[in-house]
Amino acid sequence: MTIHKDVEALRRIPLFARIDPARLKLLAFTSDRLHFEPGERLCSEGEPGDAAFIILEGTARVLVRTPEGELEVARLGEHAIVGEIAILCNVPRTATVEAATPVTVLRISKDGFLHLVSQFPQIAVEMMSELARRLHRTTQQLKEVTSRLQKLEEARH
Amino acid sequence: MEPTIFRFVWKYSWRQQLVILGLTVGTFPVLYATLELPKLIVNRALAGGVDVYELYGVALDQTGYLFVLCGAFLLLVSVAGALKYLLNVYAGIVAERMLRRLRYQLYSQILRFPLPYFRKLSQGELVQMINAEVEPLGGFVGEAFATPAFQGGTLLTILAFVFVQDWLLGLAAIALYPLQAYIIPKLQRQVNELGKQRVQQVRRNAEKIGETASGIVDVHANDTSLFERARFSDQLAAVFSIRFQIYKKKFLIKFINNFMAQLGPFFFFTIGGYFVIQGELTLGALVAVLNAHKDLSAPWKELLTWYQTMYDVKIKYEQVVAQFVPPGLKDLRLLDADPPEDAPEFSRELRAIQLVLEDEGTMLLDGVEFALDLPLRVAVLGGAGSGRHALGLVAAGLLPPTSGRLLMDGRNLHELPESVLGRRIGYVGNPSHIFRGTIEANLLYGLLHRPVRSRPPDPELERYLREARRSGNLPLDPAADWVDDAQAGIPDPQARFARVRRVLALVRLEEDVYGFGLRGRIAAQAEPQLARALLEARQSMLRRLARDPALARLVEPFDPARYNSNATVAENLLFGTPADGRIDLDRLAEHPYVREVLERTGLLKPLLDVGRRLAETMLELFSELPPDHEYFRQFSFIDPERLPEYRALLQRIDPAALPRLPRADQDRLLALALRLVAARHRLGLIDGPIQDDVVAARRWLREHLPADLQGAVTFFDPHAYNDALPLQENVLFGKVAWGQGQALERVTALVRELLEEMGLHDQVLRVGLGFECGVGGSRLALAQRQKLALAREVMKRPALLVLDNALAALDPADQEAIREALFAEFDGRSLLWILASPEWSPHFDRVIVMEHGRIAAIGRFDQLGPPGGAGAVVVHAD
Repeated sequence: MTIHKDVEALRRIPLFARIDPARLKLLAFTSDRLHFEPGERLCSEGEPGDAAFIILEGTARVLVRTPEGELEVARLGEHAIVGEIAILCNVPRTATVEAATPVTVLRISKDGFLHLVSQFPQIAVEMMSELARRLHRTTQQLKEVTSRLQKLEEARH
Repeated sequence: MEPTIFRFVWKYSWRQQLVILGLTVGTFPVLYATLELPKLIVNRALAGGVDVYELYGVALDQTGYLFVLCGAFLLLVSVAGALKYLLNVYAGIVAERMLRRLRYQLYSQILRFPLPYFRKLSQGELVQMINAEVEPLGGFVGEAFATPAFQGGTLLTILAFVFVQDWLLGLAAIALYPLQAYIIPKLQRQVNELGKQRVQQVRRNAEKIGETASGIVDVHANDTSLFERARFSDQLAAVFSIRFQIYKKKFLIKFINNFMAQLGPFFFFTIGGYFVIQGELTLGALVAVLNAHKDLSAPWKELLTWYQTMYDVKIKYEQVVAQFVPPGLKDLRLLDADPPEDAPEFSRELRAIQLVLEDEGTMLLDGVEFALDLPLRVAVLGGAGSGRHALGLVAAGLLPPTSGRLLMDGRNLHELPESVLGRRIGYVGNPSHIFRGTIEANLLYGLLHRPVRSRPPDPELERYLREARRSGNLPLDPAADWVDDAQAGIPDPQARFARVRRVLALVRLEEDVYGFGLRGRIAAQAEPQLARALLEARQSMLRRLARDPALARLVEPFDPARYNSNATVAENLLFGTPADGRIDLDRLAEHPYVREVLERTGLLKPLLDVGRRLAETMLELFSELPPDHEYFRQFSFIDPERLPEYRALLQRIDPAALPRLPRADQDRLLALALRLVAARHRLGLIDGPIQDDVVAARRWLREHLPADLQGAVTFFDPHAYNDALPLQENVLFGKVAWGQGQALERVTALVRELLEEMGLHDQVLRVGLGFECGVGGSRLALAQRQKLALAREVMKRPALLVLDNALAALDPADQEAIREALFAEFDGRSLLWILASPEWSPHFDRVIVMEHGRIAAIGRFDQLGPPGGAGAVVVHAD
């Protein structure tokens, strides 16, 4: 596997489609290409986060810890970016990411990621809209949960 | 210490001085005879005119007589030379012994200094004094008495000769001596005064250098390197100006001496000439006197030189010694005495009576009184400046109080010898010193009081001890076994390890030491069993990898027949570890033999091409980044400031004619190529054919290794232990693969698991005990140093352990665990623990709260009132 193939893979990701290939090459060179077998963890909840991952191949599960054990909250496929929250706001990993199938990722270090975002405003904007989408979805879910909870409490009284 | 150098030399070497004197005088007739014989040969043997020569009743002809005389001359010259040689060697040995004695005495004085004195005297000054300043003293010792006696005698003899010829001429010859004797000491005194200043200034330089070395981080952190240079230059300027004045005065003295010596003939010619003209003196007598005067100047000069040296040395000696006899020196008997029969048990009571400790006007302790029934766990609380630190030092017997007494089982603690205090009391300060040497040596340091088991006697050792005695050093053998196993409760030396291991576990250092062991190196020849076991571990590692594909992809083993894509090209080429400095992995391409290998195996051209393409890629990737970008340090093969150099190089070269490039350019390209790790950099430059070429070159390199490089590389051999590799690398024997999630953690865990399974834990731990701590423990982390210092005191099982905030650098979980373990370990013995914060006080039998050098409160924790009461308030006033 050479970084040329990585660059090809990155170019197929919509987020990077409009970026100069030379820049993508630098991104690929300064990142680690990592392979995970099913069940192996890319990162674990609660750990300090020092890198983000771009999934090049395979599918990963996002798990969060609950009193009843770990709960799958999402599945990520090819071209997904994961782990960027811990980098952007310096908090521990908010979830565990585990390989569901054999997964190949590009691991971008914190410095590399911040470099990327500061160099390419379009990536920052894309990232913002993705985060906003997630926030919106979370808010919707929260609303739903809150109303269900209210109903439950009313039923008890 | 003797107050003057003469007293010192006479007291310790008067016999030797007499021998030197005797030898000196003994050479005199022989020398005289060697001067006399040539005269005899010329005047008698060569002049002829005699038919038969009689020598001690034997008749000889002229030739025979000549040969006998020449033979005698040869013999005398040999004897004179031999005597001179003997004298020089003997004087040299005496001088060296005296120097050794002096340095030993000075060093012993340091051990007697009262603790506060170390604040006034810097380390740099001490080193300067003991090493450099006493050095000229040694040279002087050999000639202290012999030179004045010998040269003075010569001088007197010649003078007597002159006086016999004519007393007036004699007077003329010495007419200027009184003047010289008056002026020169005056000038010399000025020179000496300057010499004193120079000595002090040089000491300050030494101190400054020491300060810079120890404060280097803060110098850089404050950007004061220019300022420091200016200050140092100022000090050098001071030395220079002193030296400059010394030179002026010194050469003035020389000038006067020479001038006076030249004045002699002036007087002889004027006065003697006048007498000759008047007919009162024969010309022959005048010539004889003139000759005698010429001989006079040599011993006179020697005497003056001796005088100058003597004065110089005298001052140096007095200046040095003055620094080594501060008031309050420890009593030598307390330092060296063996434990007395009636030493206290340290088991009944510790009582303080009106303890006062004053330090330059500050009352550190001001009337401290307490009585504690032992054994007891005591906590001492108090803010900075409360006297808690001083109390710890006094209680440990390290600092005697200014007044008042500390009674242990009714005996004054500070009148007990160190052989009792240093064994029955432990002290862990903050920070405690870690000595240069291994972890094990530091652990056993608290048990090294006297040699316990001496080495079997042998002539070498006898000689060694005899020589030590001759220089007034104690005849102790540092290579004997000094470890007092009995004190540590160890039945015999074989059982030491078990105890060491337990103590390491107690202070939670075992895991760290095990890690040192894994990263440590052993020599297979010295430890064949362990090496064999580790090779077995390597084999089972390989089997494990072969069985489990999930593991196999984490490691790429070193296989002589295959390219290792997780190692650099350089590592692949050398395929071994440099064993010494003869081959440098970072500068492999420049090595002439490696160069030869590349040329002979045809690897040079493809590798140059890899270097060229790599340089191109680097330029493409990094030339747009600002030069201070973090990526250069992390990822680039080329430093930012050298990018233009490579750009120019690439424009200049013809890719088809790389081997014709100048050597420097070739080396540049090769250096790049050799650093490539195929699996990590993923540039596709190291393809299959090149990999095969490298493997072939690797084989060639090893097979044709020239004689002068034998042993310079420890090659990777799957069936041999590699001394140059750390222990765990020997088991792993390969590279952790790039690009596999968490490979390093999992591989490390696997190696550990294997070693545990094979029961090698203790052996690895033993290797870890051999870890060198560095100067002042610099190779250990702060927490490790504190743990080791504590372990050292636990090892020696004191009856009372004083801990001065000793765990501050540890994380809270460790602190708690160690405290509990210590409490269990010291069950039935006493602890005096000085705490920086009060949280732990409930765990202690007694709490002492210090304030302004006095005890503000003392009692059980529950008696001291509620949190926020009197005691607590004092504590928080910190």
